[in-house]
Order: sequence, then structure tokens, then C-alpha cells
Amino acid sequence: MDNSQQLKEAFSKSLELDIKDITDDLAYSVNKQWDSIRHMNLVAEIEDLFDIMMDTEDIIDMSSFAKTKEILGKYDVKFDT
Amino acid sequence: MTLNSTLEGKIAFITGGTRGIGWATAKLFACKGATIILNSISDESVLHARVEELQTKFGVKCDSFSYDVGDREAVKECYAAIFKRFKRLDILVNNAGVLNSSLLGMITSENIDHTINTNVKGMLYNMQSASRLMTRNHSGSIINLSSIMGRFGAEGQTVYAGSKAAVIGMSCSAAKELAAQNIRVNVVAPGFIDTEMANEIPPEKFQERIESIKMNRIGTPDEVANVIYFFASDLSTYVTGQVLGVDGGMVI
Repeated sequence: MDNSQQLKEAFSKSLELDIKDITDDLAYSVNKQWDSIRHMNLVAEIEDLFDIMMDTEDIIDMSSFAKTKEILGKYDVKFDT
Repeated sequence: MTLNSTLEGKIAFITGGTRGIGWATAKLFACKGATIILNSISDESVLHARVEELQTKFGVKCDSFSYDVGDREAVKECYAAIFKRFKRLDILVNNAGVLNSSLLGMITSENIDHTINTNVKGMLYNMQSASRLMTRNHSGSIINLSSIMGRFGAEGQTVYAGSKAAVIGMSCSAAKELAAQNIRVNVVAPGFIDTEMANEIPPEKFQERIESIKMNRIGTPDEVANVIYFFASDLSTYVTGQVLGVDGGMVI
């Protein structure tokens, strides 16, 4: 499974959303499922998945699915464009 | 029902861990089988000697990080290293602290900055990073060291007491936030304890303090460590957001 698909599954599991609802424009606090509590669960899930530890500033900046992929690039997690 | 009162398999991080209450806690945790990670800002040779002592006496794994808890970047690097080496953290004892006595009219900006950086910001940075490692396992225990002064104040201790009151507020908030993740946050508030801090006060004040204690004696670091152990272990799995005084009845 590629990184993009794995990330989608992490979002789906943490935010309790159907995988088909995980799109680039899925946004923090716009989608009611993506609240601050689930956000921290999502961070833990992503860190576990890619074996990284993100900076606090990056956690705060993680405002959409697309933005999350961009941020993960800093941690050498690559996504097919 | 069997209570698991050992710390075997647990990873415990103790800030300010080379002396006083921190060191007593490190020895007790090591005796109970935990892997110990020590922090101190003091001489690295002291830190390494402490690590060696724990490994030799108790046969536990041990690691150390020398940094100032008020340095946010250093805290981040430390937790990234803990994550790389251990992949988890079960217990944080937020013990590092400083005490600078000054009457209200004589408090310097340096005193305020140093005390707040270490006692408030340092504690917050460590809680923030530790809770993220603990969230991964949906369990953990954070024990923050406040002081009897954080609850009742003391002459000449406005800054210190303020910083220790902040510890209580921060801990109660964090306890509410982290309970859903099964991460407990509790506060230990020591009274007059036989540490270097206590021995720095003038003899007449020392005696005055002893007389204010119902049990009529100074406490030992080991007596505080026992309470920290209670919060760290599975003996307190349903306890969070509490402040427990260890003061021999100084305040009842």
C-alpha cells in the first residue's frame, strides 16, 4: 500500500470517517469529525505509521489532508503527485 | 484481584533527577524495575555517575539527557531521542525546579524569568512532549512537583509560590484534557523536605519551619518519592487531577 493510501486510512481511523470522504480538501474544524481531540489522535496515528515525531508548529499547521501531505514531506515521507 | 505494583516494563523519565526528590524517585523506580531516563542541567559527569549507579545497583536500563528544561528546542530534541530509543514513555516525573527567595520589593527580572522558565515553561514543555508519546499507547502517568507554597504561599516566595501555583492549574487542565487518552496527571506538593534547597535557609528560619509542622520533623526525599511512586504505578489507575500534600501536617 502506498503512503497516500496509508495516510488516508490513518485519517479514516482517527476521524471516524469513511475512506471515500478523505480527500485533499478535507479540512480541520470544517469537517465536524475533525475536532481538536481527534486531531491529536490523528497525529499519534501518523507518527506511529511513519515512525516520526512532528514539531508542535507542524501539528498546528496540519489544517487539511493536502497540507498534511505537504508537511510530511519535511519528514521524508513521499507521496506520488 | 492482583495489583501490579511494580514498574517492570515501564519507561520513566525524571527531570532534575540527580539529587534530592528526583534522585530518591529514580532509585525507587529502579528498585521497582522501571527503565530510567534521567535529566539534569548539572555537571554531565554527575549525571553519568548517577546512571552508572542505577545500572549497577538495580540492574535496570538507564539513559540520560543533560539540558535546561526551560529550553524548548532542547526539550523537543530530548523527546525525539526518547522516541527513537524507546518508542514509548509511560511515566514523566516533572521534578526539575529552582527556588530564588526575594521579598516582593526586591524581586529582579532575572529572578522572575529564571523561575518561570524552569518551573512553569519547563514543566509545560515536558508535559506537552510526554503526553504526545503517551497518547500513542493510550496510557501514561504524569506527576508534576508543586509545593506547599503553591497552595498557601510564603513570605519571600512570591515568584516561587506563583510558579508552583501555576503547576497546579496546568496539571488540572491537562488532567481534564488527557483523561480520555487514559493519561493521568497528578500533583505532589511537598512541604519542608531535607534537600539542598531546605538546607540553604538560615538556622532560625529552619527551626521556625520545623515548629510549624505537626509531625515536628523535616520530611525526607524518600517519603516524597513514595507518593510519586503511588501516582506512577497501577496503584492509582483511577486517580487523576489530584494535588497531594506531603508535608507532615504542616497544613491541615
